Amino acid sequence: MTNLIDLTLNELVIKIKSKEISSKDITSVYIERSKSSKKLNTYIEETFDDALKNSEKFDAKPNFDKKLAGIPFAVKDLFCTKNVRTTASSKILENFVPTYESTVTQNLWDAGAILLGKLNCDEFAMGSSNETSFFGNVINPIDDNLVPGGSSGGSASALAAKLTPATIGTDTGGSIRQPASFTGTVGLKPTYGCCSRYGIVAFASSLDQAGPMTRDVKDCSLLLEVISSFDPKDSTSVDFKRPNYSLNLNKNIKGKKIGIPKEYRVDGMPSEIEKLWEKGKEFLKDCGAEIIDISLPHTNYALPTYYIVAPAEASSNLARYDGVKYGFRAEGENLIDMYEKTRSQGFGDEVKRRIMIGTYVLSSGYYDAYYLKAQKVRKLIKNDFDEAFNKVDAILTPSTPSSAFKIGEKTDDPISMYLNDIFTVPVNLAGLPGISIPAGLDKKGHPLGLQLIGKAFDEQGILDIAYSMEEKINFKLNTKDWWIK
Amino acid sequence: MIKDQYLIEKNDNKYEVVIGLEVHAQILSESKLFSTSSTKFGSEPNSQVSLVDAAFPGMLPVINEFCVKQAVKTGIGLNAKINNKSIFDRKNYFYADLPQGYQISQYKNPIVGEGSVILDLPTGQKTIGIERLHLEQDAGKSIHDIDPSNTLVDLNRSGIALMEIVSKPDLRSPEEVNLYIKKLRSIMRYLGTCDGNMQEGSLRADVNVSVKKLESDKYGTRCEIKNVNSIKFMQMAIEHEAYRQVELIEGGGTVDQETRLFDTKRNITRSMRSKEDAHDYRYFPDPDLLPLEFDDNFIDNIKKEIPELPDQKKNRFIEKFKLTPYEANILVSDLETSKYFEKVIENSDVKLSANWITGELFALLNAKNLEITESPITAKNLSNLVNLIKDGTISGKIAKTVFELMSDGDKNPVDVVKEKDLKQQSDPKELEKLIEKVINDNQDKVNEYKSGKEKLFGFFVGQVMKISGSKANPQIVNEILKNKLK
Repeated sequence: MTNLIDLTLNELVIKIKSKEISSKDITSVYIERSKSSKKLNTYIEETFDDALKNSEKFDAKPNFDKKLAGIPFAVKDLFCTKNVRTTASSKILENFVPTYESTVTQNLWDAGAILLGKLNCDEFAMGSSNETSFFGNVINPIDDNLVPGGSSGGSASALAAKLTPATIGTDTGGSIRQPASFTGTVGLKPTYGCCSRYGIVAFASSLDQAGPMTRDVKDCSLLLEVISSFDPKDSTSVDFKRPNYSLNLNKNIKGKKIGIPKEYRVDGMPSEIEKLWEKGKEFLKDCGAEIIDISLPHTNYALPTYYIVAPAEASSNLARYDGVKYGFRAEGENLIDMYEKTRSQGFGDEVKRRIMIGTYVLSSGYYDAYYLKAQKVRKLIKNDFDEAFNKVDAILTPSTPSSAFKIGEKTDDPISMYLNDIFTVPVNLAGLPGISIPAGLDKKGHPLGLQLIGKAFDEQGILDIAYSMEEKINFKLNTKDWWIK
Repeated sequence: MIKDQYLIEKNDNKYEVVIGLEVHAQILSESKLFSTSSTKFGSEPNSQVSLVDAAFPGMLPVINEFCVKQAVKTGIGLNAKINNKSIFDRKNYFYADLPQGYQISQYKNPIVGEGSVILDLPTGQKTIGIERLHLEQDAGKSIHDIDPSNTLVDLNRSGIALMEIVSKPDLRSPEEVNLYIKKLRSIMRYLGTCDGNMQEGSLRADVNVSVKKLESDKYGTRCEIKNVNSIKFMQMAIEHEAYRQVELIEGGGTVDQETRLFDTKRNITRSMRSKEDAHDYRYFPDPDLLPLEFDDNFIDNIKKEIPELPDQKKNRFIEKFKLTPYEANILVSDLETSKYFEKVIENSDVKLSANWITGELFALLNAKNLEITESPITAKNLSNLVNLIKDGTISGKIAKTVFELMSDGDKNPVDVVKEKDLKQQSDPKELEKLIEKVINDNQDKVNEYKSGKEKLFGFFVGQVMKISGSKANPQIVNEILKNKLK
């Protein structure tokens, strides 16, 4: 049975539909493997007993028309799940059990998937290493001293360690693509408005998007198809006809024009990454695509812009965690005292830092200089992309400026931590789709990813390009199961 | 009584009071501004609270189109500019009854821009400018007096749609404020966009008050008086606050810009927070909501639903029914009163009907503390009464008796007159008999009258009325008496 965990999501679905294996078979395999992988600290909440029951229920009355028929599935703990504890990796929601389901996870269960549990992440998705979680840091299955990236670090780690056939994360500034890059997996941030934000614990509302994290591009297409939907409960959800991404998936990218933005050649970028990028270009040329040099002149301003907009929204979004209605409450002398104690004790340092930054940039007297200016720059960054997409079909960049770093390496230096998102944040600011695919290893043997950025709502376009590159790259993740007990 | 100009005098200086109002009007709507919860008043605490209203993690607001229409409708009623694009902002502050930690409101780009309201003053009409109208959510309610050591929170009101209607600083007296609020309420009731019920809190106001020397063009520093929940208190608060400011200035001091609370028990305003302590609300556009946009078609369709408004109705009453502006104003200020009036005059004399409604009927309703919709006398029966007066069946004086009898259970005045035998005596022969009796019984007075004391005429009429049991037709009595006493 061991090779069952090596099957991709698509392969598993076929095996279940052809009744070669049952939902219970595969669910049990994943539960056993998850149980013996505690060292990675990927799960915050395990729902293994219910998962088994649900798999039996599926097998008793299987519906093979469903896209994820009987597939066990763990999700990031930022998605609210009905009657299953949802913490956002924060003490302030340590014991919070929603009475409702997020639209994205509901789409999964409606497609036949079965919840295995909730996966660790950075607290309120604020972090790039999964070290800000109240439930402890997550370990990258690549090596025991490496971070898996963040904020969807638990998801990336669980996926790479084969504790779930596929998973979902959320991406506000790179939280899907950066951990995918760090763990040698595929992660896609859809166009803003593709996936409903209803029931996802909000970090920065104008940037947050849920997206698929998978072992390969085909799985990514299938999963995107399942989770993307128009949702009247989210006013920013966009009503468009969702294509059948997996069915349409096409390796032929002959004549596609791929842009290479010169501004992404940043100072101090390791030569390995430079080489990887070059290799990516060669692969694309081999596939018949045309490489075009482009300019995204405001790229340099993306990171500072992001670190104004995201904390500003976060400072307001997190105001609801005040100890009054639900979640953690510290006793206080009076209302103000209760607020102060609750929020001081309930939030971790990184969350507090961002609430303070956000509060500051929105304050009267500073609003124009920071928030308003950031909004203007955000528009310029979007214009850069619009301009570029007049000339090209997609843009190729590295996913991250480095491979996975060591646990604790950047925890005392938030700026260097923030710099990790330098290639991913512009995509969120512009609301565009971006996918990270594993493209090679550095000399330490750690995975490196390449990012494809597409036009708004052209997920199909970047999936096709990624699909053809994936074949050329032929990346193999070799994790050796060192953590299994 | 309304003075021509409301001024405060101190040490030979005359001060004008400058007032601007921020009225919070609860939109008449079944459900809340951003959720589907019910808005019914007086329900069990926390029984009308959705996950959105209580700000659960991951919950998102979705705009209620009906509330948008109501705001546009109100804007049209205020002759205001409707903005095709407006933006919802978050007003951030912490309070126990504010679940999100912010109120969704509109800051720089409101749904309705400048407009105006016309007031009818005894000295003529005055136009009060409207600065803007914007949509916002109401907060919940903190209850401090049930539990000795805890504050309880009721979120039924949380998320209910409000229109904040901001006036320009055009009001100059407590009486103008009274008229302004009533006019605003009247317009919204005509439109069906707010019930204007101040007891239930569906109409509240913050009052900005400043004073300036009469001859000066420069406005003084203003103070904001928060949440005064009746017109009477509002007027008292303004009066007190204006005197306080004049005293301050005349004493050599200056007015500080601050927020004050009106203490209804002690009839004073007191400082709540100074400008320095003012909240920094950190307004920014709500990223959960797209800008609110609609085309002219949307506005045009709403325009088609606008009923005849008080000002138009008033003009119609004046032109068509020849009412005085004063009468017309009273009759149109309340929609139900105007409906009642129009029903009465379907079959009755207009002028007489107007007098009876604004006189006897209003007095009765006032005494019994009833709305016109609860009137013990239906429009039909009042119309019958007016007709009995008009055709001479009963006198105006008898009519008052009949009215009193009618008020006790909506009786038809025709029946009352028959039952109580109150029909007016208009037969000259019968009246002559009565008059002769009075003349005979008062020969001394007749002599006095004939020798020039003409004032005594009233005495003879009175005596005739008395012995007729007030049933004699006074006009005919007058005529016969004049002849007899020649």
